[in-house]
Amino acid sequence: MTTAPDDSAPQASLEFDISVKVNGMPYQTRVPARRLLADCLRHELGLTGTHVGCEHGVCGACTVLLDGSPVRSCLLLAVSVDGQSVTTMEGCRAADGGLGPVQRAFMESHGLQCGFCTPGFVTTVTAFLRENPDPSEEEAREAIGGNLCRCTGYQNIVKSVLRAAELGQQSAVDGDA
Amino acid sequence: MKPPTFGYHRPNSVVEALSVLAELGPDAKVLAGGQSLVPLLNMRLAAPKALVDINRLTELSTVAEDEQAVRVGAVVRHATLARLTSAPLLAEATRYVAHPTIRNRGTTVGSLVHADPAAELPAVLLLSGGSVELASAAGSRTVSAGDFFVGPMESAVRPGELAIAATFPAPPPRTGSAFVEVSRRAGDYALAGLALSVTLGADGLVSSALACYVSVGPTPLLVDLTDAVSGSTVDWAVAGRAAQSVVEPDDDIHATADYRRHLVGVLTARAGGLALTRAKEAS
Repeated sequence: MTTAPDDSAPQASLEFDISVKVNGMPYQTRVPARRLLADCLRHELGLTGTHVGCEHGVCGACTVLLDGSPVRSCLLLAVSVDGQSVTTMEGCRAADGGLGPVQRAFMESHGLQCGFCTPGFVTTVTAFLRENPDPSEEEAREAIGGNLCRCTGYQNIVKSVLRAAELGQQSAVDGDA
Repeated sequence: MKPPTFGYHRPNSVVEALSVLAELGPDAKVLAGGQSLVPLLNMRLAAPKALVDINRLTELSTVAEDEQAVRVGAVVRHATLARLTSAPLLAEATRYVAHPTIRNRGTTVGSLVHADPAAELPAVLLLSGGSVELASAAGSRTVSAGDFFVGPMESAVRPGELAIAATFPAPPPRTGSAFVEVSRRAGDYALAGLALSVTLGADGLVSSALACYVSVGPTPLLVDLTDAVSGSTVDWAVAGRAAQSVVEPDDDIHATADYRRHLVGVLTARAGGLALTRAKEAS
C-alpha cells in the first residue's frame, strides 16, 4: 500500500516518491519512510561521497548541506527533505569540475589520511567559510568541533580550514543557490 | 543501525496534524528536528508505529518577541535562537546544545518535549517561569514549566497532543543571568550545569537569586539562592554550598555523584559572578 507524502489520511504509508535537488541536479526516487537521507544519497542516487559512520549523529562523516546549512544526513529521513536542496561532497568541487577550494586546501595541508571523515569536514567547512570567510584558528577549531577524525590529530585539518579561507570562498559551489 | 519500519504522515497545517494525531493516538510520535528521535530510531530504542512530521508547518516556524516574552514556535531551530540578541540567556544556553550542525536541525520545543535531564533549554524555561502550549483535536492547554517536566525523558505531553510553542518570559528589570556547564568534551551532554539569574533592588543589593540545575536530578531542579546571597557582601561560595545540599545527582558512566555535586558548587559560583556583573551592567 502506498500513498503520496502529502496524503493526510492516517494510514500506514510506507513508501514515497520524493524529488530532491542534489548538487543542482534534480533527482526523483522512491523510498521507504525509514530510509535515511545518507542511505538514499548512497543507495538510491549512487552518490557515495557521503560517508556513513556512527549512524547516530556523533561522528559527522555524513554531514551534507540542506538548503545551504550543514546537517547530519544520518539523522534525517529522506522523505522529510522532499522538495529541498542538498549539497554533498561531490557538490563542493570547483565550477570547472576540479577540486573546490576546501578540497584543495585539505590536499595541500595534508588534512586527510584515510579520508573516511573528509566528506563531512569538507561540507561543514564549506558552509562555515561562507558565513565566516576569514576565521581565527580558534573559530576554525570551533567550526569542526562536531566532526571526528581518528587519523590526523586535527592539527592539519585546522590548517586546512585556514588554508581554504586563504584560497577564498568566492569560488561558486555547484548547485547550491 | 537503521530505523525500524514506521508509517509516515506529513501534514501541511496544524489542524491537519492534530486530526492525524487524534486518529493515531499513542501509536504516533511527532517528528520535529529529529536530532534526538532519529538516533533513538537508529539504535532501535524507539519503535513508534507512525511518525507525524511537522517540519512543513510554517505557521510554527516563527519566533515572536516583545517586552514581556519570547514565544518560540515548534519548528524553530536551535540555530535561530543562538543568534537571538534580545534574549541573552536563551541564546547563551542554546550555544551549549550539541554542535552547530545539530543546532541547524534540532528544535527548541522538541528539546523541551524530549525532557532529557541533561538538556539546557528545560532549565532556562523553568528558571524564567515559562510555559508550553499544547494543542489537540479536543482543544488546547498551557502547561507551566514547573508541571511540564514530569521525569527523565518524560514531559506532560499526552498522546494526541502537539506542542505548539514555548514562551520564555522576559526577566524583570535590573536582572542579569548566565548559563554555564561542564561536559567531557565541547558539545557533549553536561555532567552538570545551570542557568542562574540575579535581580538587584533599587538599592543595588541582590533582591533575588534563582538557579536551575541540569544533570543532577531526574528533571531540571529550581533552587532559590536569595537567602544565601542577600546582604551587602555577596559570597557565591555560600550559594554553591546551599545548592550542593539540595541536588540529588546520580553516578553514571560519565561522572560520580560526588563529582557532580562538586561541580554544582563551582559552577554556581561561576554563574553567580557572571550574572551579578551582568545585572549591574543592566542597572
